[in-house]
Amino acid sequence: MPSPYLPSTEADRSAMLREIGVGSVEKLFGDIPEGLRHAQFRLPSPLSELELKKELNRLANRNASLDNYACFLGGGSYRHFIPATVEHVIGRSEFYTAYTPYQAEVSQGTLQSTYEYQSLICQLTAMEVSNAGMYDGATAAGEAAIMACVATKRNKVAVSATVNPTYREVISTYVKGRNFPMETIEPGCRLPADCACLVAQQPNFFGHLEGMEAHARKAHDAGALFVAIVDPISLGMFQPPGQYGADIAVADGQALGNSMSFGGPGLGVFACGQQYVRQMPGRIVGKTVDVDGNPGYVMTLVTREQYIRRERATSNICTSEALMALAAAVYLATLGKSGLKRVAELCYHKAHYAADRIARLKGYSLVFPGPFFKEFAVRCPVEPTEINRMLLKKGIIGGLDISHIMGDTMVLCVTEMNTKEEIDKLVEILGAL
Amino acid sequence: MSHHYLLPDISQPGKVGCSLPALDVPPAELPPKELLRQELELPEVSEVGLMRYFTALSKLNYGVDTGIYPLGSCTMKYNPKWHEDVARLPGFASIHPLQPEKSVQGALQLMFELQEYLTEITGMHATSLVPLAGAHGEYTGLLLVKAYHQDRGDKARKKILLTDSSHGTNPASAAMCGFEIGVVASDSEGNVDMTSLESAMNEEVAALTLTMPTTLGLFDPRILEISRLVHERGGLLGADGANLNAFLGRVKFGELGYDYVQLNLHKTFSTPHGGGGPGSGPVCVKENLADFLPSPLVAKSDGKYKSVSPAKSIGRIANFWGNFGVMCKAYAYIRSLGAEGMKEVSEDAVLNANYLRAKLKPYYYLPYDRICMHEVVFSGRRQKAKGVHTLDIAKRLLDYGLHPPTVYFPLIVEEALMIEPTETESKGTLDAFIEAMKEIARDAEENPEILHTAPHNTPVRRLDDVRAARNPDLRWRMGR
Repeated sequence: MPSPYLPSTEADRSAMLREIGVGSVEKLFGDIPEGLRHAQFRLPSPLSELELKKELNRLANRNASLDNYACFLGGGSYRHFIPATVEHVIGRSEFYTAYTPYQAEVSQGTLQSTYEYQSLICQLTAMEVSNAGMYDGATAAGEAAIMACVATKRNKVAVSATVNPTYREVISTYVKGRNFPMETIEPGCRLPADCACLVAQQPNFFGHLEGMEAHARKAHDAGALFVAIVDPISLGMFQPPGQYGADIAVADGQALGNSMSFGGPGLGVFACGQQYVRQMPGRIVGKTVDVDGNPGYVMTLVTREQYIRRERATSNICTSEALMALAAAVYLATLGKSGLKRVAELCYHKAHYAADRIARLKGYSLVFPGPFFKEFAVRCPVEPTEINRMLLKKGIIGGLDISHIMGDTMVLCVTEMNTKEEIDKLVEILGAL
Repeated sequence: MSHHYLLPDISQPGKVGCSLPALDVPPAELPPKELLRQELELPEVSEVGLMRYFTALSKLNYGVDTGIYPLGSCTMKYNPKWHEDVARLPGFASIHPLQPEKSVQGALQLMFELQEYLTEITGMHATSLVPLAGAHGEYTGLLLVKAYHQDRGDKARKKILLTDSSHGTNPASAAMCGFEIGVVASDSEGNVDMTSLESAMNEEVAALTLTMPTTLGLFDPRILEISRLVHERGGLLGADGANLNAFLGRVKFGELGYDYVQLNLHKTFSTPHGGGGPGSGPVCVKENLADFLPSPLVAKSDGKYKSVSPAKSIGRIANFWGNFGVMCKAYAYIRSLGAEGMKEVSEDAVLNANYLRAKLKPYYYLPYDRICMHEVVFSGRRQKAKGVHTLDIAKRLLDYGLHPPTVYFPLIVEEALMIEPTETESKGTLDAFIEAMKEIARDAEENPEILHTAPHNTPVRRLDDVRAARNPDLRWRMGR
């Protein structure tokens, strides 16, 4: 059957070969040594759209979709409500089939919406500048650590022990890549001398809110930058990084209108103070005018980037997550100031309702005192793996098992997606164990 | 013009773009006030206002669905519509990356099979799907090189060799891995200059990274000789696989002597570019590098799929499994085409590029006058002599409603015009492109002014980059 994705006809091909002046297509591959250009491939036979759709549906149905399960799992990927506007905007092929906007005159849609994204992120984080987005929260944190080293001309990176362990691993990969040392700092400990930055997370890995102002002071007293990893949804309710002295703020923007999609694509939110803009990694869009004086947008400060600066670039990043940044912009604009506050408050109150009820169950206790947002650590009377197995049978995806860090402990996450009924059912099952 | 407003301009107090449920649990006590946010200023827009705004913006964009997008080294091919739907199936889109593995066997199976397919397509031994884009994959490949030499106790290998035609991410990725850069020259034919390689390839070199076909769109016939030299002297050979479209279904990187290759699912495997992502940059490796791959990999045992971490893994390079949504689309593409379909892809991609080469050669200078692969690199130097630059040619193409090729890259070609038509353009579309290029070449002789002032009928005209960089205006502000 002819491929639906190849528009050429046999007649076209013959005509083109005549123009080129070769007898066959094989002749076009003549530079490739004869022994190398007839490789054999063991791949499944092709299937039609109809057949393959069926097969992929079957594969998808083997997964426990959270459309059918109650979910109390967080740990870096979050189930939040996605307004219909988001899918409809990013589903427009003018957006999703475009390339990186090098030809600004025919890319104003991408460029202007990126300018909107940068502005919305600045408003949300209370930081001065934002780039156009990076891969995910963890790699953005890794890039932030490297940027702090360049900005301070130091090379030691300090990461708080309460930062998500996966983030710490990725930061370590990035820092080690440059042959820089990284240290993990326990709460209350001093920073190493000559340290380039302190990286902390708000809320931290266990869901709790930390004293970020004190962290910032500690970093600044040591002449280091303060890098804050934040939950963007929490900023609808809680103090933003720009107000507690963060020099660089990063986040995973998945929660802002992007489906979990088994963890990717995510979105690396990256914002910083004005004085560091020329050390920032990634694309940045700026407003300017055209030759007629009309406003327009371009990729700017490009001398930071790999395609201009090569090995002296601030990062190697090229293709990133532009469409996810567009989704985040549409999400923030759809919810607006009241909507985002409402989502954050729903998470907060529902999570506290759940925590309060679970803490009253025999054998369960909250590990940490003090304020939290939508995640909290619970010590359980039974192994969390066992609990999660039971919950799965009853249509619930349980919390994040962190027994390898703290015995018999799980981190539960409650968002606006969880109804009171779901929470009550969770509590009931936990109580019956 | 209708798009000359921004979200704050259509913001009105009290508006919101969607409805949210009421609180169904008793409210909890609020935390201390100093933790709470005092002010949050975001636009307040109705749903209709918002949709009209973003729809107006979308109309200012040119996408693959608009027309030909012949960006060299970018492989902007058509993106099959139903592959988009696959990634949006609830069983794929609404699953959490940390769910019990038992509850995501379908997703893990898809990833396992995709690992196997990509390993087979490249002729390698193992594949990691984790890297999130091409440059991220390239970075991962170089971390593997570093780990490999460190594991052998070979501490002297601090340098990565690359060619003078290489992409900007190649040196940038090497620098991020703490390597020094050495540059190998290209010869007059556009191939690797063997004398240059011979003298550069010493015991300090960890690897040569060589895009194949090169960024000149040419296959280096001495690839086996290059591979032998690099390996004899203790180095590894890595490929930026951005140009795989040239020999998809025909040639295996493994058989060319490569130790690793990074792929771009958002190029070769037809997943859309999204205006700058999401991409996906899997790394395929030979046996010698497999133990160092980033975690997690997907393994199969007793009919079950699970995550594993290789013995000497470089660790984590990203938050979760990689860009799964992109993998779903690439998986659908591979299963739709099969081996034979892939061979047809590279056949038409190379045929189309050579057709453009043959038809445009009378009008534009062709620095490497030989059969090309999936892309052809011209130079605008003939036009430059008349005071017309490649940038003018590119901007004039916009007036024809066509997207220009990649310009000023590779750096070793003066006034470069790098054209990659891909296999998804018909002869009719190519002929229209050729006609436009011919007229532009004529205008360069007879009416250069029209090129200097182009474009004339785009939503905006040439923009002031210098002003943007000197006085950066990177955001709007609302509130205090």
